[in-house]
Amino acid sequence: MNQGYKAITGSVSRLISELGKLPGIGPRSAQRLAYYLLRANEEDVYNLANAITAIKTGTRLCSICYNIADEEKCPVCTSKTRENSIICVVEQPQDILALEHVGIFKGVYHVLHGAISPSEGVGTDNIRIKELVDRVEQGNISELIIATNPTTEGETTALYLYRLISPMGIHVTRLARGLPFGTEIEYADDVTLSRALEGRQDF
Amino acid sequence: MQRPRVEGGEVMGNPREFQVEGVVIRKTRLGEADRIITLYTPTLGKIQGFAKSVRKPKSKLSGHLEMLAYSQVTLARGKNLDTIIGSQTINSFLPLRNDLDTASCGIYLAELLNLFTVEADRIDNQRLFQLLLSTLESLSRGSSGELCLRYFEVQLLGLTGYRPQLQVCTGCGKALKPTVNIFSPGAGGILCAGCAANKGLPYSVSVNCLKVFRFLQDCNIQTALRLKLSRGLGLELEKLIRSYCHFILEREVKSAAWLDSLK
Repeated sequence: MNQGYKAITGSVSRLISELGKLPGIGPRSAQRLAYYLLRANEEDVYNLANAITAIKTGTRLCSICYNIADEEKCPVCTSKTRENSIICVVEQPQDILALEHVGIFKGVYHVLHGAISPSEGVGTDNIRIKELVDRVEQGNISELIIATNPTTEGETTALYLYRLISPMGIHVTRLARGLPFGTEIEYADDVTLSRALEGRQDF
Repeated sequence: MQRPRVEGGEVMGNPREFQVEGVVIRKTRLGEADRIITLYTPTLGKIQGFAKSVRKPKSKLSGHLEMLAYSQVTLARGKNLDTIIGSQTINSFLPLRNDLDTASCGIYLAELLNLFTVEADRIDNQRLFQLLLSTLESLSRGSSGELCLRYFEVQLLGLTGYRPQLQVCTGCGKALKPTVNIFSPGAGGILCAGCAANKGLPYSVSVNCLKVFRFLQDCNIQTALRLKLSRGLGLELEKLIRSYCHFILEREVKSAAWLDSLK
C-alpha cells in the first residue's frame, strides 16, 4: 500500500500523513490536498499555515465562561448588552455558535467541555462543573439554563447539575425537549413524544 | 462468480436484512454524525450495528437507539459491520431517565453486561436477556437500586460461567462453618479459615453477608427485592462482588466510580 510513497519527497509525504490525521480525511484525500497545496500560490499557503498555528497560539479559554476566546474574556462575556444573571450551560463551544445563530438568547454562557459519561470514565472532575459552581456561588445569578444534549450523557449531566445547584436557591431550567421542526410524529420515539406531551403549551 | 439469488433479492439461506429485539448497552461515536450501537439480544447475544447519521436532529432512528432503550431493530448485513436501517422502541424505560440515581444504575448494568459478554457468544443469551429486562423494569418501577444491582451482578456471574462456590470451602471441599470465612476471587469462592491462613486475602465474609450472597444466587428478582440490607451489610456485599468482578475482568468497571460519587 505504501509502496508508492517512495516516489514522494519527504516533506510532501509528511504533509500527507499530517493531513490524514484530520477527521474525515482519508489517505486519498490527504494526497489530493497535499498536491493542491503544492500547486497553490504561495500567499494562500502561508495564510493557511498561519491560520492553523494561530488557533493554537492565539486562542485561549475565556476566564469566565470557558468559551474559546482571543482575549482573556470572550466577546459575549465582555458585551455590555448581555444579561449577566442568566447563564446557559452548554457542552461544547460549538453549541454556543448554534444558539447564537438563533439570536434570541441574551444571557451569557458556560461551556462544560464535555458531559458526564460514567462508562467512559468521564466524571464530574473531568469537565468544568466546579468552575460553574464557583461562578454561581459568587452571586448575582437568577437563572441557570441547562442546554446539554438530550442524550444519556447530557441528561445525566443535567440531572447532576440540577441536584447540585437547585439547593443553592437558583432557578434551574432545562431546554424544552420535543419534536424537531420539519419531522413527522409517526417517526418520533417514546421519550420525545412523552416529553412533547408533558411540555405542551397554549397557543 | 455471481452468488445464487432468490426472488426478493436475498442471498440463499442468508437474508440481506434481519430483525432483532434488543437493549442498547453501548454507543460510540463514529465520524461526524454516525454511531456504532451495541445491542444485547435474546437470540444473537451481543451484536454491533452501524447507525448512520443518528447524531443529526432529524434522524428517525436516534430516539429508538438511546442507551438502555428496548427496541426492535432491523439490520442490513454489511461486509464488516451490519447497518441499522430501522428501529422501533418496545420499552424506553421512561422513569429510568428522569432520575439521576436510577439512570446511573442503568448505565452501570449496561457497562457490566458489555464487559462480561463477547459478540456471538454461545452462552444462555435468552436468560441473560431476561435478567437484563427484569432488572431494568424493576429499576424503572422505583425498586431499590442497590438490590437491583447486587441481584444483577450475582446472576450475571452465574449465567456467564463465573458462579462463585459459596456452599463448601474451595480449598478443602468441606462444608463451611457458620463463622467469618474468607472470600478468594482467585479461587472463585469461599475459603475456610484454615485454608485461607497465610494467604493474606483481605476479603472476610460475615455469616449474614454469605447468606445474602447465597440467597441472591438462587432466588428470583421479586424475592430478592424484598430483602432488607443494613448499610454495613450492603457495603460488604458490594465490596466482595466488585473485587470478584475486577478479578475476572482484569479492569475497573468505570461507572462504579460514578455510582460511588453519587452516594
